[in-house]
Amino acid sequence: MTIFASLRGAALAALAVVCAAALSPASAQAPAAPAPVRSEAAPAFSAPANERIPPAFTGTYQSPTQRPDVGLMANDTELLRALLPTRGQVTIPDQKLATLIQPAGRDWRETIKGPIRVWGSWLILGMCCVLIAFYLLRGKIMIDSGMSGRTIERFNPFERFIHWMTAGSFVVLALSGLNITYGRYVLLPLLGPEAFTSLSIAFKYAHNYLAFPFMLGVLLMLVTWIRFNIPSKVDLQWIAVGGGLFSKGVHPPADKFNAGQKVIFWSVVAGGVALSVTGVWLMFPFYFGDVASMQLMQVIHAIVSLILIAVVIAHIYIGSIGMEQAFDAMSTGQVDENWAKEHHGIWLAKVKGTPMPKMGHD
Amino acid sequence: MARMKFLLDAERCIECNACVTACKNEHEVPWGINRRRVVTLNDGKPGERSISMACMHCSDAPCMAVCPVDCFYKTAEGVVLHSKDLCIGCGYCFYACPFGAPQYPQAGNFGSRGKMDKCTFCAGGPEPSNTAQSFQKYGRNRLAEGKLPLCAEMCSTKALLAGDGDVIAGIYRERVVTRGYGSGAWGWATAYGDGVRS
Repeated sequence: MTIFASLRGAALAALAVVCAAALSPASAQAPAAPAPVRSEAAPAFSAPANERIPPAFTGTYQSPTQRPDVGLMANDTELLRALLPTRGQVTIPDQKLATLIQPAGRDWRETIKGPIRVWGSWLILGMCCVLIAFYLLRGKIMIDSGMSGRTIERFNPFERFIHWMTAGSFVVLALSGLNITYGRYVLLPLLGPEAFTSLSIAFKYAHNYLAFPFMLGVLLMLVTWIRFNIPSKVDLQWIAVGGGLFSKGVHPPADKFNAGQKVIFWSVVAGGVALSVTGVWLMFPFYFGDVASMQLMQVIHAIVSLILIAVVIAHIYIGSIGMEQAFDAMSTGQVDENWAKEHHGIWLAKVKGTPMPKMGHD
Repeated sequence: MARMKFLLDAERCIECNACVTACKNEHEVPWGINRRRVVTLNDGKPGERSISMACMHCSDAPCMAVCPVDCFYKTAEGVVLHSKDLCIGCGYCFYACPFGAPQYPQAGNFGSRGKMDKCTFCAGGPEPSNTAQSFQKYGRNRLAEGKLPLCAEMCSTKALLAGDGDVIAGIYRERVVTRGYGSGAWGWATAYGDGVRS
């Protein structure tokens, strides 16, 4: 107490004047006051003040009386620095509320309002534009040698089931996630507040519960298909000719999955795991961590999901209107042998026991 | 019209928690919801300070900015209110709020947080003031009755001030001049910008 008493008595009239100036709604109310700038501590009394701090308190506590610049106008981060720690004590059961101020909320707000929303929309709209341009230039990729009439099973019922379980839940998860990010700007003006809230609540519950079939689906796809998705030398050749996507009659050999499909597989697995971890973290608030960790998890969740949505849009394109017979592979499971020969020659040869296709154009 | 603000004078708070009790009683706030709380820093050490904290009704409110369903609105007096009919309980306002003001009635697993609840500056919600429905959702609308928030009215040391921002800033300024020091009005800069003018 003697420290405070002597300090207060000694020199802090100057502080009062600074604060008074800062507080004046109109500067005319304090004409004699110095300009309300955030001045540095006056050297005249800051030096003795430092001498008087007992060693035990330096670093953990700095009396506000030693900070003449701290007033109503002061930046709150300065205030926090002046009165560390920001976490105190509360006499209520909810100990989360012992945190007085969390300035990180501002960073989170700026991150999701700015870069994530802007870049995310560019990413998704950009992907759509690329695909539209590709469709206009290349058209639907047809079987160059025509249908043979003989079909072969490409995906068995279990493979199709895990694909559609994952795909179906992913589409709802993506739409509901996009609704949280962009719905306020896109759907709210169209639907009005009440209808938009009803939709958003339904989407929120769908998002939370469909997360589980999605996570299970990613796990099952990983276990089922990982052995077909190990990168190999064949992939380099496939990549070298762009998978034959950009020109007719170019059909690099591929096993069950070509390099492009392997990219999709690993994107879904890596993205799915990242989304699962961050999503479960957010689904059980304060169970795994504090608000700072939840902010970080939300940002990761948003970035990964926007990237994955863009990747999956491309996957949906090439699996539906982009390529003849591609949809049959995952709907009926049956593909034409000529399709299999052109797009998955090594796989067809393995299944049929016929000679391997030559490496190169055929 | 006056711009309503809270002012927290850390030099005066004696941690009696009367503001917390007054708030709970006035609005019949359910168990587990803390619209206002008193945080004590450096408890038991030299420089101990207590600060009564609730929604500060920020000028540029982060909750309003991040709400995915845009359920917040600001009254002509600068009070930040929200509609519990529109709230989806997503928790975004809690992530963004610097003061930890938004509260949820449920633990929150599987998205079942329930409708967000927070300090209303004793100004109710979007529904007609002081109807049973409005009281049940938002508590009493004292501003509509010409009264100020009860937490500040009950404060025995007047550490917590509520009212016209210019008036309470003037009171605080007088205090600082009279006693010759001040550790700053907590949360003021974060809530209302770096200057004192709204």
